[in-house]
Amino acid sequence: MTTGQQHEEPLFDARGLVELNAHVPRVSEIDGEQASFDARDLTTRQINLELRWLLYEQGVKEVTVSNPAARHSLGAGLLTRCKINFEGSLGYFALGMIDGPEVHIAGRVGWSSCENMMSGVVVIESNAGSLTGAAIRGGDLVVKGQVGARSGIDQKGGTIIALGDAGSMTGFMMQRGRQILCGNVGPGLGDSMYDGVLYVAGKVKSLGIDCVEGEWTDADTELIERKFRIYDLGSPPEFQKFVCGKKLYNYDSLEPSERKLVL
Amino acid sequence: MCGIAGIIYKNGNGAHRIGRDLTSMLQSMKHRGPDSTGYALYHAPSHELTVRIKLADSTAPRDLEFADDVRRRRRETEDRLRAAGATVKSTEEANEYTYSATIDYHGDLKQLADYVESVPHAEVLSLGHSLEIIKDLGDARGVSTAYQLDDYFGSHGIGHVRMATESDVDIANAHPYWAYPFSDVAVVHNGQLTNYHQWRRRLESRGHRFASMCDSEIIAVYLADRMANGDALEDAMHHSLEDLDGVFTYMCVSEDSLGMAKDELAAKPLVLYEGDDMVALASEEMAIRAVIDKEIETYDPYESTVMVWTR
Repeated sequence: MTTGQQHEEPLFDARGLVELNAHVPRVSEIDGEQASFDARDLTTRQINLELRWLLYEQGVKEVTVSNPAARHSLGAGLLTRCKINFEGSLGYFALGMIDGPEVHIAGRVGWSSCENMMSGVVVIESNAGSLTGAAIRGGDLVVKGQVGARSGIDQKGGTIIALGDAGSMTGFMMQRGRQILCGNVGPGLGDSMYDGVLYVAGKVKSLGIDCVEGEWTDADTELIERKFRIYDLGSPPEFQKFVCGKKLYNYDSLEPSERKLVL
Repeated sequence: MCGIAGIIYKNGNGAHRIGRDLTSMLQSMKHRGPDSTGYALYHAPSHELTVRIKLADSTAPRDLEFADDVRRRRRETEDRLRAAGATVKSTEEANEYTYSATIDYHGDLKQLADYVESVPHAEVLSLGHSLEIIKDLGDARGVSTAYQLDDYFGSHGIGHVRMATESDVDIANAHPYWAYPFSDVAVVHNGQLTNYHQWRRRLESRGHRFASMCDSEIIAVYLADRMANGDALEDAMHHSLEDLDGVFTYMCVSEDSLGMAKDELAAKPLVLYEGDDMVALASEEMAIRAVIDKEIETYDPYESTVMVWTR
């Protein structure tokens, strides 16, 4: 954390694109472990600095941010357990790389929300753009609207739930984790997936390479019912399960270093 | 990267400040493309044609002959407009190397545009009963100030901020592209087309002219070619999904409508807002929020989508 050290010297900025180093605005109303602030007149950097200041230095556990105005990269890289409520839509790269927060977004998110999320919960009330939950490793990501293309690309863990439709190449190259897709999905579902599970309630436009229908087990039922219960999503529809056919690559359970030893 | 934006008012009576709206939208997406900014704006249709002519590129060296060259080209282009049978009602200088002329002309538009462009370095940027294409280097604020677009009233328009990846940074390679020689049709594009050379050879052999080396120009010329063969704009856009290869989201405007098309991979973004009285589209929601200062319901159209709205 470097919020205490302020850098005043202007950066080289011939094209006027760089957001200069900002002060922590300290505009929040803090009430014990709760705080709230209006982001209308703040820059992206100021909003994120304010969040960090509240969560890391003021002992605040729950923050409400109003007027985020679809700006990018809000809440990225927060590595502490906390609650954050965004009272509006966020732009691209929202809540990337987070580890721990429980986030509620009253609007929608743009592309690449929650990319590389390690743990925590993000609930989005409206739609999400493409690449939602790219490379997430853990946590739950619940989208109550539709999601764009390639959600859960390179997913390495965690659960993505979408109540609406999903776009093309959903679960592209996913390696672990689950996606529970309640609407119709676009072409190329689970293309080149290595592992993990895709549950689809609607129609599948087409399956991607090496994605096949999987065998339903009690564990699948239990998982879906549990997730629907936790997030109060009503009674779950009937799902089809899709997994990796494991025909596309030569799979080997040994790590490269272990293989060297054996050979 | 590039950013595209479009706005159309459903009660398109031409009294909306689309110049200012698009400037706000494009300026908020400056990070997507700071090289050049362009607008295709539609004022209330008139029975006269507006032709915008570029006499030199903004990057042309300002040597001792520059001013004389531009003056001579302006005189020659105006002479050619008249010689081609047009009545020049008025002319207006936009800046030292661009001017627009209001003309009365009922002949073949290609003949007219070709004749004007036969003056070396002259380029017809746009031609139409309501279309005007304004493009130059720099960000939206700069271009808008230079061409006084804040007071531009109209019914719809599209804009583009460019991050040059495959061709020069100059006006010739800036968007929007006019669908030469179709009056009132223009295109902005975000993406890359991989079968550019194939289509360029094909279209050139059919007699179409290219003003730049930018892959996006293919879309405008392709649509023009389709329409010359009798396709409606929307049909031409549907065909483009099959014929154009690469990743793209593009917007196309005509005298009374605005459309968007997205490739089959949905590789380039577009956020769509449909309000009661207007439709706004942009590469980022932030741009739409620059003209609508409240929480709104938006979504991203899926792959292989073509949508058209009419004013």
